[in-house]
Amino acid sequence: LHKLEHLSLCISSRVRQHFSFPSIFIYGHTSSGKTYVMQTLLSTLQLPHVFVNCMECFTSRLLLEEILTQLQSCSPETEQTSQVPCDTFNDFVRLFKQAVATQELRDQTLYIVLDRAEQLREMEANILPAFLRLQELTDRNVTVVLLSEIVWELFRPNTGCFEPFTLYFPDYSIGHLQKILSQNHPPEYSADFYSAYINILLGVFYMVCRDLKELQHLAALNFSKYCEPVARGEANERDSRKLWKNIEPHLKKAMQTVYLREISSSQWEHLQHDDGEPGQLKGLSAHTHVELPYYSKFLLIAAYLASYNPVRTDKRFFLKHHGKIRKTNFMKKHEKTSNHLLGPKPFPLDRLLAILYSIVDNRVAPTANIFSQITSLVTLQLLSTVGHNDQLDGPRYKCTVSLDFIRAVAR
Amino acid sequence: MKIEAIHFGEGENDSEDRELRFDTCQSLWNQIKLETEQIQEDLNKQLLDNLVSFLRRSHSDFQEKKTEWTCRMKSREIPTAALVLGVNVTDHDLTFRNLSEALRNNITPYIALLEAKDCPGVKNLMQKLMGQLMNCSTDVVSLEDEDSVQVSQNRIRCSMNSLIDWYKSVTKKTDSETLSKKRTSSSRHQQSPPVVVIFKDMESFTTKVLQDFIVISSQHIRELPLVLIFGIATSPMIIHSLLPHSVSSLLCIELFQSLSCKEHLSTVIDKLLLTSRFPFKLGEKVLQVLINIFLYHDFSVWNFIKGFQLCIVEHFYSQPLSVLCCQRADAKKRVNSLSHDQCENIRRLPSFRRYVERQEAEKQIALLTADNFLKETTQKLLEDLHVYHENYVSVLRCLHVFTCSLPKYPLGKQIRELHCACLENQVWETEDYESFLQLARMLNKSDLETMLQQCVEILVSSSGNEFDKAIGKLKEFLTQFHKLEAEAFQEQDVSVSSQKELQKKTDLYHLQKTLLELKDSRRSKKLTKFEMLRFEVVDYIDSLVRNYLVPADHKTLHEIVYFNTASVLRGHLNAAPRIALHTALNNPYSYLKNEALKSDGGSISNKAPDICIVYKLHLECGRLINLVDWLEAFSTVVTAVEGPNADAASSDQVDDIIHARFIRAVSELELLGFIKPSKQKTDHVARLTWGGC
Repeated sequence: LHKLEHLSLCISSRVRQHFSFPSIFIYGHTSSGKTYVMQTLLSTLQLPHVFVNCMECFTSRLLLEEILTQLQSCSPETEQTSQVPCDTFNDFVRLFKQAVATQELRDQTLYIVLDRAEQLREMEANILPAFLRLQELTDRNVTVVLLSEIVWELFRPNTGCFEPFTLYFPDYSIGHLQKILSQNHPPEYSADFYSAYINILLGVFYMVCRDLKELQHLAALNFSKYCEPVARGEANERDSRKLWKNIEPHLKKAMQTVYLREISSSQWEHLQHDDGEPGQLKGLSAHTHVELPYYSKFLLIAAYLASYNPVRTDKRFFLKHHGKIRKTNFMKKHEKTSNHLLGPKPFPLDRLLAILYSIVDNRVAPTANIFSQITSLVTLQLLSTVGHNDQLDGPRYKCTVSLDFIRAVAR
Repeated sequence: MKIEAIHFGEGENDSEDRELRFDTCQSLWNQIKLETEQIQEDLNKQLLDNLVSFLRRSHSDFQEKKTEWTCRMKSREIPTAALVLGVNVTDHDLTFRNLSEALRNNITPYIALLEAKDCPGVKNLMQKLMGQLMNCSTDVVSLEDEDSVQVSQNRIRCSMNSLIDWYKSVTKKTDSETLSKKRTSSSRHQQSPPVVVIFKDMESFTTKVLQDFIVISSQHIRELPLVLIFGIATSPMIIHSLLPHSVSSLLCIELFQSLSCKEHLSTVIDKLLLTSRFPFKLGEKVLQVLINIFLYHDFSVWNFIKGFQLCIVEHFYSQPLSVLCCQRADAKKRVNSLSHDQCENIRRLPSFRRYVERQEAEKQIALLTADNFLKETTQKLLEDLHVYHENYVSVLRCLHVFTCSLPKYPLGKQIRELHCACLENQVWETEDYESFLQLARMLNKSDLETMLQQCVEILVSSSGNEFDKAIGKLKEFLTQFHKLEAEAFQEQDVSVSSQKELQKKTDLYHLQKTLLELKDSRRSKKLTKFEMLRFEVVDYIDSLVRNYLVPADHKTLHEIVYFNTASVLRGHLNAAPRIALHTALNNPYSYLKNEALKSDGGSISNKAPDICIVYKLHLECGRLINLVDWLEAFSTVVTAVEGPNADAASSDQVDDIIHARFIRAVSELELLGFIKPSKQKTDHVARLTWGGC
């Protein structure tokens, strides 16, 4: 992705201007090249740096230790790579000073890059502010670079902290995407041919997806299909119209299946090989039907009714002698729409059982099996418990399945 | 099992056979257990094979394509198998055990099974994962001391990096091992085997943990060949609802569906119950209870088998004659060595009494007095019973061939329904059977032929030797059908020619006449040959059914092999805690068996335990109960027997002891969850159960 680097050279020059800043905050949307630019920049300029992904280090301790180990390995003369236990930031500062002192990097600026810095917010409260003023704390020539997908305003702790220098990476435009994607074409085909393909691909997918990685993935998946007529000799590389006709429905199908991960990419490749119809391969969402035991079905339906019907209508719906039928029907329709917009409401266990008894034809004994079915429905995420503070209080549940699901179950 | 043996000794009929009974029970159960495991294995085979090949494939892709252009371009996805197992969560354990066993043998030693309850956070997940992986590596590569030290060190730092380091070191080790030893144990696995992580219950994992784990591992997929397996109980949609697109795009998901549990159950019933291999049989009501629990409650085959086991144990425990419930040869020997008491037991059996009553007078006396004669007869009867079973199963299957293809399934779609119907009472007296016969008389020829063919196959494969005649008869029917076919061709020719004649005639009057004639001839020829034959076939099947599908409780000595006390089973398997609690508190006699407690209805006896009195009193109250009133009522009940003079002595001052007893009873009720303290009113408690007014 040399082109990419070329594109972001302006940015990098700006970065270089601010090298002495104690902390830099870089943000931009998914795969706008933040990480890549940082990595290439640091390695091409041969600056001493530490690169850590905060996602991987899910505790602060792991993060700090990771930085220290990388620091050790970056200096040539220190051989001992033993694990240094480092629990607090105080320890970290001390060890960091030691580590830097042993190196001859004193005159150079050391960079600590923290990728996916939004994870820092979930660690201890002192981590983020401390990293921001690491220069001050350690009294060394160090710069902390934070990479994130969200804006700085969401980071700022309420206790106040040192403001970093913020940089924004803009999204790629369609032109940029085109350039970057056509950059590395397969060796067998010419660059023009490939860029024509990319053009078609972007035409289909640009509306739904601007993620560079995802697009690259899709391009690789579908390219062999695009080449098929050429390989068969039916069209030459210039015959773009014919090629377009061949590939377009195929890509549209890909958008509905592979892109949503309805079928896996390896299955997709397999299909391309066989030229089979994807109709025979059902996607993930095709298997929506869930087989449930008899009473579980009724429990679920009862839970659904309890969640979406207001309590006051229970008497009308489930009692034998309720009186006005005409009015109920009308009311039901009216209420249903509004209730579905509001989402499920919690209901107590007793109400669920009462509704269950009234909707099941024959008598149901409140056996242990019925109760265990309720809990198993909860583990299947079809119901969910609401507020479990008091065991005696009678548990309250919510029904989490949709109307379509209930319709399928009730059938 | 020791405990069980002791309990067997406590049986009310303390015959010397209890050891023998226990042994028989044990061996029978072991046989059945083996059989069920075999079934399970066979059923899962397909699924496991698919999964194994998937894993192998995903892994080989990983190695081969490293240099190709497409591979370079593609973002690496984690190969993932979504395993839809159905809602019967209790059965999943077994499947996963089989699965990991198969994987361990074929693909990789590195398997981690994760459960949601162990992984509330990413940290715990990683800890669990690394612990399992590093332990399982010790199975394969026998670690030296320094290695184990390394493991314990690693356990402190649970990050992906250390996992990768571990993986590298392990694979290097196995590589060198294979080089030196040349095809040792580890050569079964390929070079750098994948690491399989199985999420047992996908639904219960929190979204964040899963997402984080997938994102982290996707970043290292190039160094660590990871394969995920999601165990899904509901539907694969859950993947989309749990994971956002940015995460699910990191996965390469393939779907695997396990066999539905209903099919599983039918195979189990087919193999365990509808066979003459096992002497033990289930009665109709018991089977119905087990099937109902399965269909209505849990869909769990495992629970079904456990219920079956309970039946076996219960049968051998409660029925002293169950000694004879064993294989034929053993049974003969055991009959000969029966004690006098046991003979008396046989005489007491209701089915045997019915049998005796049917005999002539001197035979009756012989049966009732001479033990030896009784033993001989018993042997004969047992033999009869066995033959009956063999024939029963085959004929049942034949009947099922007919019923399962009829519209609306008058006798049930599954063979188990048919089985229940036949066990319940004489099946030919039911309405459903009537409608079955009517429908069978309307079958078309090709269907009928295929069915007959199937019946012949079933009867031929059955072990009973009474069917030679039946097979001959059915075959005869088949040949007759073939003959009919040949005749039908000729007949067609005839009819065609008559139609030709018809076309020739142009005169209207003549045409009308011939048409009428044709009509008449059709009406008069009510039954074609085919129809006649069809009636014959159906009648013959009917006679077979009447002969062989006699319900089991019409057979003499059926009590020995049939377990039929459904109420016991229901009490054990389908417990009703609320009802039990209510009976215990409302009617303490039912559990305590104390004569003094035998109450005569609504009144509250003061001899009952305090908690019962308090419970009964609280049943009369509304949602909020005033504690003072309650105490008053309690003390009135308790002191009622002491008469009016005692009442006068402690008129408004409640005795301290009674007060304490009351408080204890109330707190016991609170512990049981009937009441709780209320903040709405002082000195009041709230009722938690409904039913009061």
